Amino acid sequence: MNFSFSNEQQLLADTVQRFVREHYTFEKRREILGSQTGWSREIWQELAGLGLTALNVPEEHGGLGGGPVDTLLVMQALGAGLLLEPFLGAAVHAPALLASMPSTPAAEALLPAIAGGEIVLAVAHQEPDGRGELHRVTTRAERDGDDFVLTGKKAVVMHGHAADEYLISARTSGAPRDAEGTAVFRLPRDTQGLSVNAYRTFDGQGACDLELNAVRLPASSLLGSGEAAQQALEAAYHVALSALCAEAVGIMKAVNTTTLEYTKNRKQFGQPISRFQVLQHRMVDMFIHAEQATSMSYLAAIKCTDPDLRERRRALSAAKVAIGQAGRYIAQQAVQLHGGMGMTDELIVSHYFKRLTAIDLTFGDTDHHLQQFVAHAMNP
Amino acid sequence: MDLNFSPDEIAFRDEVRAFLRTHLPAELAERVKGGRALRADDFRRWQKILFEHGWGAPTWPKEFGGTGWDPVRQYIFEEECALAGAPRTLPFGLRMVGPVIMAFGNSEQQKRFLPRILSGEDWWCQGYSEPGAGSDLASLKTRAERVGDHYIVNGQKTWNTLGQHADWIFCLVRTDPNAAKPQQGISFLLIDMKTPGITVRPIVTLEGAHEVNEVWFENVRVPVENLIGEENKGWTYAKFLLGHERTSIAGIGSSKRELGRLKEIARREIKNGKPLIEDPLFAARIAQVEIDLMALEITNLRALSAEAEKRAPGPEASILKIKGTEIQQALSELMMYAVGPYALPFERSSPEEGDLKSVAGPEYAAALAATYCNYRKVSIYGGSNEIQRNIIAQMILGL
Repeated sequence: MNFSFSNEQQLLADTVQRFVREHYTFEKRREILGSQTGWSREIWQELAGLGLTALNVPEEHGGLGGGPVDTLLVMQALGAGLLLEPFLGAAVHAPALLASMPSTPAAEALLPAIAGGEIVLAVAHQEPDGRGELHRVTTRAERDGDDFVLTGKKAVVMHGHAADEYLISARTSGAPRDAEGTAVFRLPRDTQGLSVNAYRTFDGQGACDLELNAVRLPASSLLGSGEAAQQALEAAYHVALSALCAEAVGIMKAVNTTTLEYTKNRKQFGQPISRFQVLQHRMVDMFIHAEQATSMSYLAAIKCTDPDLRERRRALSAAKVAIGQAGRYIAQQAVQLHGGMGMTDELIVSHYFKRLTAIDLTFGDTDHHLQQFVAHAMNP
Repeated sequence: MDLNFSPDEIAFRDEVRAFLRTHLPAELAERVKGGRALRADDFRRWQKILFEHGWGAPTWPKEFGGTGWDPVRQYIFEEECALAGAPRTLPFGLRMVGPVIMAFGNSEQQKRFLPRILSGEDWWCQGYSEPGAGSDLASLKTRAERVGDHYIVNGQKTWNTLGQHADWIFCLVRTDPNAAKPQQGISFLLIDMKTPGITVRPIVTLEGAHEVNEVWFENVRVPVENLIGEENKGWTYAKFLLGHERTSIAGIGSSKRELGRLKEIARREIKNGKPLIEDPLFAARIAQVEIDLMALEITNLRALSAEAEKRAPGPEASILKIKGTEIQQALSELMMYAVGPYALPFERSSPEEGDLKSVAGPEYAAALAATYCNYRKVSIYGGSNEIQRNIIAQMILGL
């Protein structure tokens, strides 16, 4: 048992922290936020230059073959900087999905491009009314000669606003909620019959809805099908969920530090408000929440690749519940303790608040994962 | 990063499990697992068994007859004992006064007292709180005046746990009423409970049991050789003691055991024609505690790991205390609600009767309300959870 990080991991964390401190200041972020696209290709190239887009790509495909603990450190640091670029979707979720399926020529072409930062992919799996339900896919893929014809809708595709291509799930057989019968395809953004409704989300990041009207794809677009595709979708989801938990923890620690500093400087009744016990105990509870969340982010990182599926699901859902609750508490109290200043767009605390809130709504919210946990935990 | 125990630690865990299978009396395990109160002889019996196996003091170094285990092994031992239903060991000798005698007592005191704590021959109790000195412990008034070779002790201690069975009491007493600060005039005295002038009066708590006492001192003569360390330095030793119970403070093992018992009860109870455990609302409540406990277990292991590597032991014990006791209280609450109206029947023939039997309804329901009531104490004792928050605010957040 040990909770320390290797020298290489420590170096990686230091590198990303330095990048955020020096290249991703609050002012720089504000500038990107105000731009047309809402994210920066230049920053993306810098991240690629640091090797971060290659982290989750296997070595045999030109990547670094990093593990979930490496990703945890990177996400914590990027979380503290409230990165707007599509890192979680394009550099964690998408490569994890591709790497979890048996290799195809299409995947072999995409993975090195991800590693090099040349392409931005988004995983288009969630559908309207899906709400975190992993197997629910109503989008159909019908075989037509050598082609597949896809029809259906995808909802709030994380980072889909920034994507050049989508990794889209569609059903080749079975009913909408069956565990089997789902396949994964490569879908370029400019494909005929695909309409992309791209938008910003309230945390400053972005997503899109997809509508597919008889979109015709060649057989070579098929990346995986059958049990392999289903397992890969869940495996990638768990890797991304663990990364999301780590991002949340990075934000929680940053927002706690910011709040502590603010209360030490803000004077009312002739003294720093940090002297008031009611505020001190509130910040202690925020601190305890962050510590418990840190513990659960470690559990998520360790378990997100566990071959025991039941154990993996149980741990990931528990982590998402703990992190959702801690994030909500910390976010709400941070704004409260900043008083009126917490309501302004000017201070970073409101931006932390929005991202922590958005994280709870991503990949299934606290209630969803509490229900999942009940299903796994209440049977002997 | 690795959450698994090392092969050596797993071998150790297996050794502990094997020991518990052969040495833990079934009757004791049944009592603990059934949530029934432990009697004085149950504590004595289990300590004797551990002592005879060489495991009388899991947290002590070898030179004083302890096991010399590192924090991780102590934790494993504690957890396995709790899961198997072994009686908890009483902290007063083993984890409170024992370490103080080791650190600050002279060799005479060490030879005289430590072996008898180890063997369970001496039952110790604590004389800290007073009616006017609870969280503000340094305001204590019990007076000890030096007269020749003795201290003459006068005053009153309260919330003394299980002192009715005790052979010895360790006390904080005021030896210098004129010191500049309240903390400066306090000394740490060991007092034989048989000394004339000591009166132990039961305090009956809300669940009707006699677990705590008032202890009165009226001209009690204590030989000066029973002073620990230096006169007026007692506060230092008291603080040392308060920070000493780290590996077991969160009670992970016993909470895991109680979580299992809660689920077992919820499987047997029926609501809306189905087992209670299938009720979505109740199942979610159980799940919430289980998730909190999973997080605390890892937080505890992180603290142990930091302690083993001598990185930063200390105030994080306050997190373990706060969250650990919140979980214990939540579990006792859910268990009471799980049996619904059959939590209500309650009969205790006298405060000395710890072992409640069912009056009506299932046997397992008998003690649940009593335990729920009794467990309000856990967020109050050992430094209330509000005091723990003060400690975190000062020591970790720098406020």
